[in-house]
Amino acid sequence: MNFDDTPQEAEFRAIARAWIGANAPKQYEEDLRKSSLGRTVLKNANILEVAKAWQKKKADAGWACLHWPKEYGGRGSSPIERVIWSQEEGPFGQLSRMFIIGHGMCGPTMMAFAREEHKRTYLPPLASGEKVWCQLFSEPAGGSDVAGLRTRAEKDGDDWVINGQKIWTSGAHYSDYGILLTRTDPTVPKHKGLTMFFLDMKSPGVEVRPIKQASGASDFNEVYFTNVRIPDHQRLGEVGDGWNVSLTTLMNERSAIGAAVSTGFHELFEYCSSLMLDDGPAIEDRAVRSKLANWAVKASGLKYTSMRAISALSKGERPGPENSIGKLVAGSMIQDVATYALDLQGASGVVSGEDAELAGRFQAMLLRAPGTRVEGGTDEIMRNIIAERVLGLPGDIRVDKDVPFNKIPTKGR
Amino acid sequence: MNFDFSDDQKQLRDQARKFLAEKCSPKAVRVVLDGKAPYDKDLWKGLAEMGFLGVAIPEEFGGAGAGHLELCVIAEEMGRANAPVPFSSTVYLAAEALLIAGSEAQKKKWLPAIASGEAIGTLALFEGKGNPAPKNVKLTAANGVLNGIKKPVADGAIADFAVVAARNGSSGRDSDISLFLVDLKAGGVEIKSLTNLDPTRGQAEITFKDAKAEPLGAAGEGWSILTQVLDRAAVLCAFEQVGGSDRALEMGRDYALDRIAFGRQIGSFQAIKHMLADMYVSATLARSNSYYGAWALSTNAAELPEAAAAARISATQAFQHCAKNNIQVHGGMGFTWEFDCHMYYRRANAMALGLGSLSYWEDQLIDRMRKKNAA
Repeated sequence: MNFDDTPQEAEFRAIARAWIGANAPKQYEEDLRKSSLGRTVLKNANILEVAKAWQKKKADAGWACLHWPKEYGGRGSSPIERVIWSQEEGPFGQLSRMFIIGHGMCGPTMMAFAREEHKRTYLPPLASGEKVWCQLFSEPAGGSDVAGLRTRAEKDGDDWVINGQKIWTSGAHYSDYGILLTRTDPTVPKHKGLTMFFLDMKSPGVEVRPIKQASGASDFNEVYFTNVRIPDHQRLGEVGDGWNVSLTTLMNERSAIGAAVSTGFHELFEYCSSLMLDDGPAIEDRAVRSKLANWAVKASGLKYTSMRAISALSKGERPGPENSIGKLVAGSMIQDVATYALDLQGASGVVSGEDAELAGRFQAMLLRAPGTRVEGGTDEIMRNIIAERVLGLPGDIRVDKDVPFNKIPTKGR
Repeated sequence: MNFDFSDDQKQLRDQARKFLAEKCSPKAVRVVLDGKAPYDKDLWKGLAEMGFLGVAIPEEFGGAGAGHLELCVIAEEMGRANAPVPFSSTVYLAAEALLIAGSEAQKKKWLPAIASGEAIGTLALFEGKGNPAPKNVKLTAANGVLNGIKKPVADGAIADFAVVAARNGSSGRDSDISLFLVDLKAGGVEIKSLTNLDPTRGQAEITFKDAKAEPLGAAGEGWSILTQVLDRAAVLCAFEQVGGSDRALEMGRDYALDRIAFGRQIGSFQAIKHMLADMYVSATLARSNSYYGAWALSTNAAELPEAAAAARISATQAFQHCAKNNIQVHGGMGFTWEFDCHMYYRRANAMALGLGSLSYWEDQLIDRMRKKNAA
């Protein structure tokens, strides 16, 4: 049992570290380091522009999308090298968040299902951050139940005509392309009538409306499609096989191993070390210590769970469903941590803005945290995944499984 | 990075699991639970023959000299099997105290006897209520004899010798405390068995009246040695707790698959699935924290004190959580004497107290994290 790199890993780490040391946009390091869930603020800079510039620089030197094949703009690295890179990239890795959907989900789906000429055309600029992609799956009628979606695609000559609405689409407002899951046959059971495409987000008939979130920020959008035309050669997979295609996308979502999971603990520990309560420093209060200790072991438990996963990767094993626990644990923890940090301030915890530097940080966390527990699968879906795929318990009963889609009830009452 | 046990260590785990499945069935555990024997002597002998008692004891003292990672592997299996033997008191506490502070002669006398199963040892620290703290040690040492009362002492009624924490000064500093070795079969020692939460591992009250004692380690260093012993035991106990958590989770899962209610396997209800998923989560976090503790223990890293406290807290919480919810999944059946659920529930809650309570370790963890941050 050790934390040492193999000689090859050590060599790779040294090269990566040297390149990052020489090239990273260090002027933003402090801001990125201080960012926490719900708040990444670059002083006097547009984060999208900074992110694009860093991504392009990485791509030109062969450090973009490490695990992708070289011909599509990647480096052909092993999964463990990707983890080492993300450890070395540290706070600068925050900038890649702008591309996480494109790199983590759209790219792999394109690689698995697009025509060769499309892969060569579209993937390199996606890898280099010049073009941003989004993923158009969720709908008002289909969040966790993705296969319940209603956006229609109807064949018209060599094109498909799209009508409908998507929601919760991260980054759609600055995306150039998207992958889109549609219903092409409503007369068969829901999983069987779906088809996947990719499209230009600037196509006529695409309208993006940002959603103002509970936090006040707008990271997600509603996307409306009115008679949008997509040529058939932009179809991904067979007609009616969209569910299988989307599973490839969703499986790739579970890949963020190695990047430190944000739990809020580090921020809380720092805060309690400096905060004075009526009876003295917060960290000397027995009740505070007990709370901190409970969160400390969750944070370290996640950290070492991730180290175990990295060890498995290092031996060439594939990440499994057990890695679902990171988001499940961190999501509610960060919410509790933020609540507690504000509680320690008493009534003044309610004040935000520049007069309340510390509270402001935890307020941003508090208001963003509910989203973490929902996006990419709710806590409940994560628990189902663990129960079914790790523990082998029976799947949920799905009464609509064999019913033609257009016969499924649409209202509860 | 290889943050995992080696293939050889995993083989040892399989070997231990197979051995315990055969020699330590729930039926065998019940013989001790029902008070028909103070511990499972045949199992103890078998563990000695397998080399498990001396796995981390150097070869020169009659052990296998394999190391602490191997001991962690065995500990996990002992926890899974809920083994009714004085393993933690003898191997984690007494043997570790000897390894850390024993003289050559003391090691030669006791370690081979532990490895061969001839001697049972324990640590006599507590004196009634209260957590580990120098001020809570009232038993006195003077002129080579001890006077005072220790309770509870784990496995005290079956132990051959004890490492005893005693006071030989009144400066109010940690250096008032020294450790002593006492042969419990010699004079000046009265032992009374105490009924306790987990009858599969006994507790005793030991009264020392001018009991002859020899120093273990230098005078005045008792508290520092004791802290190291408790940290090591915390990691090893964490593995027992991880083993127990996993077993309780498995029992719950298996029952949820077998039992039909409302025409369905109860494991198909989300309320049950999610309870089991949460048990998996806490067991996994505990396992990962314990691995870190194992790494720190086996490399004698500076991180050991912090890692030990984290492993202790995480594994204590996980075992209590899994044992409690295993009963809940079983419903009424889980609450009966006949089902095995309560054995793990008892063990989980007894183990949560054995090295000092959760609040003590929480306090330790935060102190240690602060020290590291200040450094």
